[in-house]
Amino acid sequence: MPSDPLVAQHVLEFPGGYTRSTGPVVGRFLTELRERRIVGVRTSEGGVLVPPLEYDPATGEPVTGEYVEVGPAGTVTTWTWVEEPLDTHPVDVPFAWALIALDGADTALVHAVVPEHPKAMRTGMRVRPVWREQPTGHITDIRHFAPEVTKIVSPVRAEYRLRAGGSLAVFLAGVERGVLLGGRCERCAKVYVPYRTFCPECGGPIPDTLELPDTGTITTFAINNLPDPRAPEVPFVSAYILLDGADLPMIALVAGVPAHEVRQGMRVRAVWVPESERTASMANIRWFAPTGEPDVELS
Amino acid sequence: MGNRCAVIGVGQTHYTTRRQDVSIAGLVREAAVRALEDAGLTFKDIDAVVIGKAPDLFEGVMMPEAYLADALGAAGKPVMRVHTAGSVGGSTALVGASLIQGGVHERVLVVAFEKQSESNATWALSTHLPFSASLVVGAGGYFAPHIREYMRRTGAPGHIGTLVAVKDRLNALKNPYAHLKIPGIDQKMVESTPMLWEPIRYLETCPSSDGACAMVLAAESAVTGTPAWVHGTAMRSEPIFRADRDTVSPQAGKDCAADVYRQAGITDPRRQIDVAEVYVPFSWYEPMWLENLGFCAEGEGWKLTESGATALDGDTPWNASGGVLSSNPIGASGLIRFAEAAQQVRGQAREHQVDGARTALGHAYGGGAQFFAMWIVGREKL
Repeated sequence: MPSDPLVAQHVLEFPGGYTRSTGPVVGRFLTELRERRIVGVRTSEGGVLVPPLEYDPATGEPVTGEYVEVGPAGTVTTWTWVEEPLDTHPVDVPFAWALIALDGADTALVHAVVPEHPKAMRTGMRVRPVWREQPTGHITDIRHFAPEVTKIVSPVRAEYRLRAGGSLAVFLAGVERGVLLGGRCERCAKVYVPYRTFCPECGGPIPDTLELPDTGTITTFAINNLPDPRAPEVPFVSAYILLDGADLPMIALVAGVPAHEVRQGMRVRAVWVPESERTASMANIRWFAPTGEPDVELS
Repeated sequence: MGNRCAVIGVGQTHYTTRRQDVSIAGLVREAAVRALEDAGLTFKDIDAVVIGKAPDLFEGVMMPEAYLADALGAAGKPVMRVHTAGSVGGSTALVGASLIQGGVHERVLVVAFEKQSESNATWALSTHLPFSASLVVGAGGYFAPHIREYMRRTGAPGHIGTLVAVKDRLNALKNPYAHLKIPGIDQKMVESTPMLWEPIRYLETCPSSDGACAMVLAAESAVTGTPAWVHGTAMRSEPIFRADRDTVSPQAGKDCAADVYRQAGITDPRRQIDVAEVYVPFSWYEPMWLENLGFCAEGEGWKLTESGATALDGDTPWNASGGVLSSNPIGASGLIRFAEAAQQVRGQAREHQVDGARTALGHAYGGGAQFFAMWIVGREKL
């Protein structure tokens, strides 16, 4: 607290930073880093130390003069998660301090790994270095390691201009004025709604429209417990509704009644949006609601 | 029916939620290579390739057959793609078989796949065209009303679906390729899972799987290894919007069954078919298809299920592999049914082998239960 005279901020920092001689082994490692290569050094026992050390920690013997290019890919052998990076950390986003066994190395290198998502971080993950734009010969020339590419996002988009023509235009013109238009097959007398120009059962022509009432009977239904943007609530009922006079049911939402009180054979009527809100779309019918008439006996 | 045709190789990937280690090409290749190995052949021995796949919008790879030709060793050979919605796997086998039966080719590789982890089937099936007011209910929301109607007509008690959900998952425990492995599954566990689309509970639906299946089909002169002989093939379809359409027991299914039985000389399917692999993505479709396929009289399907007749040790085992309820890479699911039928009569179904199976039915359906594909395979030549 600045107001407390016995509390003061103090910085201990050697001006300009200390200089250090790297010696030949670490110097070679850093020189190679500047060239965006990672090398290890071979020990007299044949192993490869990465990062290289001047003396083999296992035996105390000097290492050989043989440098071996390793990686750049490696495998995470273990890690710890840093949710809130500090100023001195290599990255300013949550990351993992990880031990990375670079391909060809016998020891693991400590470095930061930034996965796509914290949950994606795992031991065994294959990673590769992400290099600083202008390497200077420092371990921070590798900004961090990142997972190998195993997945891409491929946007797919098709844009159409859809014109409601033919029989659909006729049907929608009816819907716009609050009327459901169907048609009767000239050959087999089946009545279809929405209006169509031929019969899918016998192929006969349906030359004229036929106005159908907006009342009908629920033949069967599902109670959906997964949300839908058009449904007023969950659960919602999607039902097959056979409009009076039609031979083919249509699928629609049923509301205005608790889902578990909906029955096969229940009589329903369309609930239309107010006239001022109507367009040439089936969205004009909000849903079907019970009429209160006695149920119809289904065969 | 034309020339004789035999299944001489079957290859499957393990079905699982995510195969993130392979591309689509890598996935189909895996199944194809296993089928070829099973037949003791290589890609060089194949004359033509038939690829089955559900809608392109599922993974967003348009015309995947063109991209997959390399992975299937098809350079310089005829390649064709089949698409008949959920029944596509079955139709793919039948198109391949027809190329043999018609004398066009000696050996045909058929492959089907789906990578559901890289897709969203419900999104792809709910495209919300303008002027309509469609609901997002998915396949479960579409089929649930037909199941409800089946229950009303037959008076089937509500627990029948759970019996199938348990039975098929117990079978899956014996199938190394099956996706869902739920040790200790029982009726109580199924009943405790939430209703998604009443009357369908969570564990009464199929999973979403990644996977591929492949078969090598051969003419009689080109048979290697152990053949399963094709005794009959049939496909039927019907319009989804048609007056008086019976959505519970579609006419196209009955006609398709009648056709394939006639070719195979089957007059009593329950007794003459030793094992059936039938497309049952929702548990209640077992009793429904038992009736549609003539394994019993109308209204009796649920009684057959309840009696245990369709269990692995029953008198007419259905989905010994665990079926679609246990593994569902959609485009491949039909082909898996056909392949598992073949494995049974080849005597190669291992732990889920039905002893002495000589005649088997492979079945697939798709769309709004409007596309059907079936074959009968046998241990002996017809």
